[in-house]
Amino acid sequence: MLTTIIESLRTRFPQSVLEVNEFRGETTVRVRKDDIVPVCTFLRDDPAASFDYCSDVCGADAYTPEERFQVIYNLYSMTHRHRIRLKVSVDESHPHCPSVTAVWPGAEWPERETYDMFGVVFDGHPDLRRMYMPEDFAYHPLRKDFPMMGIPDSIPLPRK
Amino acid sequence: MGLEHAFGDSALTTTIDSAINWCRKNSVWPMPLGISCCGIEMMAFAMPKFDVARFGSEVFRFSPRQSDLLLVAGTTTYKMATVVRKIYDQMPDPKWVIAMGACTSSGGMYRTYSVVQGIDQFLPVDVYVAGCPPRPDNLLHALMMIQEKIQRGESRSTPMTVAAERLEQQQLLQIQGVNN
Repeated sequence: MLTTIIESLRTRFPQSVLEVNEFRGETTVRVRKDDIVPVCTFLRDDPAASFDYCSDVCGADAYTPEERFQVIYNLYSMTHRHRIRLKVSVDESHPHCPSVTAVWPGAEWPERETYDMFGVVFDGHPDLRRMYMPEDFAYHPLRKDFPMMGIPDSIPLPRK
Repeated sequence: MGLEHAFGDSALTTTIDSAINWCRKNSVWPMPLGISCCGIEMMAFAMPKFDVARFGSEVFRFSPRQSDLLLVAGTTTYKMATVVRKIYDQMPDPKWVIAMGACTSSGGMYRTYSVVQGIDQFLPVDVYVAGCPPRPDNLLHALMMIQEKIQRGESRSTPMTVAAERLEQQQLLQIQGVNN
Protein backbone atom coordinates (compact mmCIF):
# COMPACT_ATOMS: atom_id res chain seq x y z
CA MET A 1 0.00 0.00 0.00
CA LEU A 2 2.69 2.47 1.04
CA THR A 3 4.85 1.61 -2.01
CA THR A 4 2.11 2.82 -4.37
CA ILE A 5 1.78 6.01 -2.32
CA ILE A 6 5.52 6.61 -2.54
CA GLU A 7 5.44 5.90 -6.29
CA SER A 8 2.69 8.47 -6.81
CA LEU A 9 4.60 10.89 -4.57
CA ARG A 10 7.70 10.40 -6.71
CA THR A 11 5.88 10.94 -9.99
CA ARG A 12 4.09 13.99 -8.61
CA PHE A 13 7.15 15.57 -6.93
CA PRO A 14 10.27 14.18 -8.67
CA GLN A 15 12.50 16.94 -7.25
CA SER A 16 11.19 16.88 -3.68
CA VAL A 17 11.61 13.26 -2.62
CA LEU A 18 15.29 12.92 -1.72
CA GLU A 19 15.41 9.50 -0.10
CA VAL A 20 13.06 6.71 0.92
CA ASN A 21 14.08 4.42 3.74
CA GLU A 22 12.32 1.46 5.26
CA PHE A 23 13.41 0.03 8.58
CA ARG A 24 11.48 -2.57 10.55
CA GLY A 25 8.25 -1.79 8.77
CA GLU A 26 8.51 1.97 9.25
CA THR A 27 8.76 4.08 6.11
CA THR A 28 10.66 7.36 6.24
CA VAL A 29 10.78 9.85 3.39
CA ARG A 30 13.31 12.66 3.27
CA VAL A 31 11.70 15.66 1.64
CA ARG A 32 13.20 18.93 0.39
CA LYS A 33 12.44 21.68 2.89
CA ASP A 34 10.74 24.14 0.53
CA ASP A 35 8.29 21.52 -0.75
CA ILE A 36 7.07 20.19 2.60
CA VAL A 37 3.70 21.99 2.45
CA PRO A 38 2.71 20.76 -1.08
CA VAL A 39 3.91 17.23 -0.20
CA CYS A 40 1.86 17.24 3.01
CA THR A 41 -1.19 18.62 1.21
CA PHE A 42 -0.89 15.86 -1.39
CA LEU A 43 -0.50 13.16 1.28
CA ARG A 44 -3.57 14.46 3.08
CA ASP A 45 -5.81 14.85 0.02
CA ASP A 46 -4.80 11.85 -2.10
CA PRO A 47 -7.54 9.22 -1.52
CA ALA A 48 -5.03 6.34 -1.51
CA ALA A 49 -2.86 8.06 1.11
CA SER A 50 -5.33 10.24 3.07
CA PHE A 51 -2.99 10.96 5.96
CA ASP A 52 -5.62 12.88 7.87
CA TYR A 53 -3.87 12.91 11.23
CA CYS A 54 -0.53 14.53 12.02
CA SER A 55 0.34 12.67 15.19
CA ASP A 56 3.55 14.55 15.95
CA VAL A 57 6.03 17.10 14.72
CA CYS A 58 9.39 16.90 16.45
CA GLY A 59 12.97 17.99 15.97
CA ALA A 60 16.45 16.48 16.11
CA ASP A 61 19.88 18.02 16.42
CA ALA A 62 22.64 16.18 14.53
CA TYR A 63 25.24 18.81 15.54
CA THR A 64 26.83 18.80 12.09
CA PRO A 65 28.08 21.93 10.28
CA GLU A 66 25.61 21.40 7.42
CA GLU A 67 21.96 20.48 7.83
CA ARG A 68 22.23 20.54 11.57
CA PHE A 69 18.56 20.21 12.49
CA GLN A 70 15.85 17.89 11.30
CA VAL A 71 12.13 18.41 11.58
CA ILE A 72 10.27 15.11 11.63
CA TYR A 73 6.59 14.69 10.84
CA ASN A 74 4.82 11.51 11.95
CA LEU A 75 1.63 11.03 9.98
CA TYR A 76 -1.22 8.57 10.41
CA SER A 77 -4.21 7.74 8.27
CA MET A 78 -7.38 7.04 10.24
CA THR A 79 -9.11 5.64 7.15
CA HIS A 80 -6.36 3.28 5.92
CA ARG A 81 -4.57 2.78 9.26
CA HIS A 82 -1.08 3.27 7.94
CA ARG A 83 1.76 5.51 9.01
CA ILE A 84 4.54 7.44 7.32
CA ARG A 85 7.35 9.62 8.57
CA LEU A 86 8.67 12.69 6.73
CA LYS A 87 12.02 14.30 7.45
CA VAL A 88 13.20 17.77 6.54
CA SER A 89 16.72 19.15 7.07
CA VAL A 90 17.22 22.67 8.38
CA ASP A 91 20.49 24.60 8.43
CA GLU A 92 21.80 26.29 11.53
CA SER A 93 22.59 29.53 9.67
CA HIS A 94 18.98 29.92 8.57
CA PRO A 95 16.81 27.82 10.94
CA HIS A 96 13.53 28.36 9.15
CA CYS A 97 11.00 25.80 7.97
CA PRO A 98 7.55 26.22 6.37
CA SER A 99 4.71 25.55 8.79
CA VAL A 100 2.20 22.77 8.08
CA THR A 101 -0.50 24.31 10.27
CA ALA A 102 -2.43 25.17 7.10
CA VAL A 103 -2.57 21.44 6.29
CA TRP A 104 -3.23 20.09 9.79
CA PRO A 105 -4.28 22.72 12.37
CA GLY A 106 -3.25 20.22 15.07
CA ALA A 107 0.40 20.72 14.12
CA GLU A 108 0.34 24.12 15.82
CA TRP A 109 1.42 23.01 19.29
CA PRO A 110 4.01 20.41 18.22
CA GLU A 111 5.60 23.08 16.03
CA ARG A 112 5.66 25.46 18.98
CA GLU A 113 7.36 22.72 21.00
CA THR A 114 9.98 22.19 18.27
CA TYR A 115 10.56 25.93 18.14
CA ASP A 116 10.95 26.05 21.94
CA MET A 117 13.34 23.11 22.17
CA PHE A 118 15.43 23.54 18.98
CA GLY A 119 14.90 27.11 17.83
CA VAL A 120 13.55 26.16 14.41
CA VAL A 121 11.31 29.01 13.25
CA PHE A 122 8.17 27.86 11.43
CA ASP A 123 7.27 30.40 8.76
CA GLY A 124 3.52 30.90 8.48
CA HIS A 125 2.75 29.64 11.99
CA PRO A 126 -0.17 31.64 13.45
CA ASP A 127 1.12 31.87 17.02
CA LEU A 128 4.77 30.89 17.38
CA ARG A 129 5.44 31.25 21.11
CA ARG A 130 7.44 29.07 23.46
CA MET A 131 5.63 25.98 24.68
CA TYR A 132 7.37 24.92 27.91
CA MET A 133 10.15 27.32 28.83
CA PRO A 134 9.52 30.84 30.22
CA GLU A 135 8.81 33.36 27.47
CA ASP A 136 11.92 35.42 28.21
CA PHE A 137 14.21 32.38 28.17
CA ALA A 138 17.04 32.96 25.70
CA TYR A 139 18.15 29.40 24.86
CA HIS A 140 16.83 26.22 23.26
CA PRO A 141 17.36 23.34 25.70
CA LEU A 142 17.38 20.31 23.40
CA ARG A 143 20.21 21.66 21.25
CA LYS A 144 23.34 19.58 21.70
CA ASP A 145 25.42 22.59 22.81
CA PHE A 146 23.04 23.37 25.69
CA PRO A 147 24.46 22.08 29.01
CA MET A 148 22.31 19.52 30.79
CA MET A 149 22.09 21.55 33.99
CA GLY A 150 21.22 24.70 32.04
CA ILE A 151 22.83 28.13 32.04
CA PRO A 152 23.22 29.42 35.63
CA ASP A 153 20.82 32.28 36.48
CA SER A 154 19.11 32.09 33.09
CA ILE A 155 15.78 31.45 34.84
CA PRO A 156 15.34 33.68 37.90
CA LEU A 157 14.29 32.06 41.19
CA PRO A 158 12.26 33.97 43.79
CA ARG A 159 14.32 35.63 46.52
CA LYS A 160 14.71 33.52 49.65
CA MET B 1 5.58 33.78 67.78
CA GLY B 2 2.13 35.31 67.77
CA LEU B 3 0.33 38.33 69.19
CA GLU B 4 1.16 37.38 72.79
CA HIS B 5 4.74 38.51 72.15
CA ALA B 6 3.61 42.11 72.47
CA PHE B 7 3.46 41.60 76.25
CA GLY B 8 7.11 40.60 76.66
CA ASP B 9 8.49 37.65 78.63
CA SER B 10 7.15 36.88 82.09
CA ALA B 11 6.10 33.78 83.97
CA LEU B 12 2.51 34.34 82.87
CA THR B 13 3.20 34.92 79.18
CA THR B 14 5.64 32.01 78.85
CA THR B 15 2.99 29.70 80.30
CA ILE B 16 0.48 31.12 77.85
CA ASP B 17 3.04 30.62 75.08
CA SER B 18 3.43 26.99 76.03
CA ALA B 19 -0.35 26.48 76.08
CA ILE B 20 -0.76 28.25 72.75
CA ASN B 21 2.01 26.16 71.22
CA TRP B 22 0.30 23.00 72.49
CA CYS B 23 -2.93 24.09 70.81
CA ARG B 24 -1.11 25.12 67.68
CA LYS B 25 0.80 21.87 67.26
CA ASN B 26 -2.39 19.82 67.52
CA SER B 27 -4.17 21.79 64.83
CA VAL B 28 -1.63 22.20 62.08
CA TRP B 29 -3.62 22.94 58.95
CA PRO B 30 -1.68 21.88 55.87
CA MET B 31 -1.79 23.60 52.52
CA PRO B 32 -1.42 20.63 50.15
CA LEU B 33 0.74 21.37 47.14
CA GLY B 34 0.60 18.01 45.36
CA ILE B 35 2.47 19.04 42.23
CA SER B 36 3.39 15.51 41.13
CA CYS B 37 3.27 11.85 42.15
CA CYS B 38 4.12 12.47 45.84
CA GLY B 39 0.65 14.03 45.98
CA ILE B 40 -0.88 10.54 45.85
CA GLU B 41 0.99 9.48 48.99
CA MET B 42 0.04 12.79 50.57
CA MET B 43 -3.62 11.92 49.94
CA ALA B 44 -3.09 8.47 51.47
CA PHE B 45 -1.65 10.23 54.51
CA ALA B 46 -4.95 12.09 54.89
CA MET B 47 -7.14 9.01 54.30
CA PRO B 48 -8.51 6.72 57.09
CA LYS B 49 -5.79 4.06 56.83
CA PHE B 50 -3.02 6.41 57.96
CA ASP B 51 -5.44 8.98 59.37
CA VAL B 52 -3.69 12.27 59.91
CA ALA B 53 -6.73 13.33 61.97
CA ARG B 54 -5.03 11.60 64.91
CA PHE B 55 -2.59 14.52 64.85
CA GLY B 56 -5.18 17.22 64.27
CA SER B 57 -4.08 17.93 60.70
CA GLU B 58 -7.05 16.53 58.81
CA VAL B 59 -8.16 19.98 57.67
CA PHE B 60 -6.49 20.35 54.30
CA ARG B 61 -7.03 23.98 53.38
CA PHE B 62 -6.89 24.84 49.71
CA SER B 63 -6.35 28.46 50.61
CA PRO B 64 -2.89 29.47 51.82
CA ARG B 65 -4.47 32.19 53.96
CA GLN B 66 -5.98 29.58 56.29
CA SER B 67 -3.03 27.23 56.68
CA ASP B 68 0.10 26.92 58.82
CA LEU B 69 1.98 24.16 57.02
CA LEU B 70 3.05 24.17 53.39
CA LEU B 71 3.32 20.60 52.17
CA VAL B 72 5.32 20.73 48.95
CA ALA B 73 4.79 17.26 47.50
CA GLY B 74 6.42 16.91 44.13
CA THR B 75 8.93 18.00 41.52
CA THR B 76 9.27 21.77 41.55
CA THR B 77 10.25 23.22 38.18
CA TYR B 78 11.67 26.69 37.73
CA LYS B 79 8.36 27.82 36.28
CA MET B 80 6.51 26.45 39.31
CA ALA B 81 8.98 27.94 41.81
CA THR B 82 7.43 31.41 41.63
CA VAL B 83 3.99 29.91 42.27
CA VAL B 84 5.23 27.92 45.28
CA ARG B 85 6.90 31.00 46.68
CA LYS B 86 3.77 33.10 46.12
CA ILE B 87 1.65 30.56 48.00
CA TYR B 88 4.19 30.53 50.82
CA ASP B 89 4.17 34.33 50.99
CA GLN B 90 0.37 34.36 51.24
CA MET B 91 0.38 32.12 54.33
CA PRO B 92 0.09 33.96 57.65
CA ASP B 93 2.94 33.73 60.14
CA PRO B 94 4.00 31.55 61.87
CA LYS B 95 4.31 28.92 59.14
CA TRP B 96 6.23 25.73 58.50
CA VAL B 97 7.33 23.93 55.36
CA ILE B 98 7.73 20.20 54.65
CA ALA B 99 9.71 19.26 51.54
CA MET B 100 8.25 15.88 50.69
CA GLY B 101 10.21 13.44 48.57
CA ALA B 102 13.53 13.35 46.75
CA CYS B 103 12.59 15.78 43.94
CA THR B 104 11.39 18.49 46.28
CA SER B 105 14.33 18.14 48.64
CA SER B 106 17.15 17.86 46.09
CA GLY B 107 15.82 17.64 42.55
CA GLY B 108 15.92 13.85 42.89
CA MET B 109 16.34 11.95 39.68
CA TYR B 110 15.54 15.09 37.67
CA ARG B 111 19.07 16.41 37.36
CA THR B 112 18.16 18.75 34.50
CA TYR B 113 17.93 22.39 33.54
CA SER B 114 14.20 22.68 34.21
CA VAL B 115 13.94 21.37 37.79
CA VAL B 116 14.99 23.34 40.88
CA GLN B 117 17.60 21.23 42.70
CA GLY B 118 15.88 21.52 46.08
CA ILE B 119 13.21 23.99 47.13
CA ASP B 120 15.49 25.27 49.91
CA GLN B 121 16.99 27.48 47.21
CA PHE B 122 13.99 29.78 47.52
CA LEU B 123 12.07 28.67 50.66
CA PRO B 124 13.05 28.07 54.29
CA VAL B 125 12.37 24.33 54.74
CA ASP B 126 11.76 22.85 58.22
CA VAL B 127 11.62 19.12 57.53
CA TYR B 128 12.83 17.10 54.54
CA VAL B 129 11.19 13.73 53.87
CA ALA B 130 13.26 11.06 52.13
CA GLY B 131 11.77 8.61 49.65
CA CYS B 132 10.55 8.45 46.09
CA PRO B 133 7.73 8.76 46.94
CA PRO B 134 7.91 8.57 50.76
CA ARG B 135 5.52 6.23 52.49
CA PRO B 136 2.66 8.01 54.30
CA ASP B 137 4.14 6.86 57.65
CA ASN B 138 7.27 8.76 56.76
CA LEU B 139 5.22 11.88 56.15
CA LEU B 140 3.44 11.33 59.48
CA HIS B 141 6.86 11.25 61.13
CA ALA B 142 7.71 14.56 59.44
CA LEU B 143 4.49 16.03 60.80
CA MET B 144 5.42 14.81 64.30
CA MET B 145 8.80 16.52 63.94
CA ILE B 146 7.00 19.73 62.95
CA GLN B 147 4.84 19.32 66.06
CA GLU B 148 7.95 19.03 68.23
CA LYS B 149 9.30 22.14 66.60
CA ILE B 150 6.09 24.04 67.25
CA GLN B 151 6.07 22.96 70.90
CA ARG B 152 9.60 24.33 71.23
CA GLY B 153 8.33 27.57 69.73
CA GLU B 154 10.59 27.38 66.68
CA SER B 155 9.60 28.79 63.34
CA ARG B 156 11.79 29.79 60.44
CA SER B 157 9.33 32.51 59.48
CA THR B 158 8.52 34.39 62.70
CA PRO B 159 7.50 38.02 62.31
CA MET B 160 10.88 38.76 63.90
CA THR B 161 12.77 37.45 60.89
CA VAL B 162 10.45 39.32 58.54
CA ALA B 163 11.19 42.54 60.44
CA ALA B 164 14.92 41.78 60.31
CA GLU B 165 14.66 41.17 56.57
CA ARG B 166 12.91 44.50 56.06
CA LEU B 167 15.63 46.25 58.06
CA GLU B 168 18.25 44.54 55.94
CA GLN B 169 16.47 45.66 52.77
CA GLN B 170 16.29 49.25 54.03
CA GLN B 171 19.98 49.23 54.85
CA LEU B 172 20.72 47.81 51.42
CA LEU B 173 18.66 50.56 49.79
CA GLN B 174 20.51 53.18 51.81
CA ILE B 175 23.88 51.79 50.71
CA GLN B 176 22.73 51.81 47.10
CA GLY B 177 21.49 55.38 47.55
CA VAL B 178 24.94 56.43 48.81
CA ASN B 179 26.60 54.77 45.86
CA ASN B 180 24.33 56.48 43.37
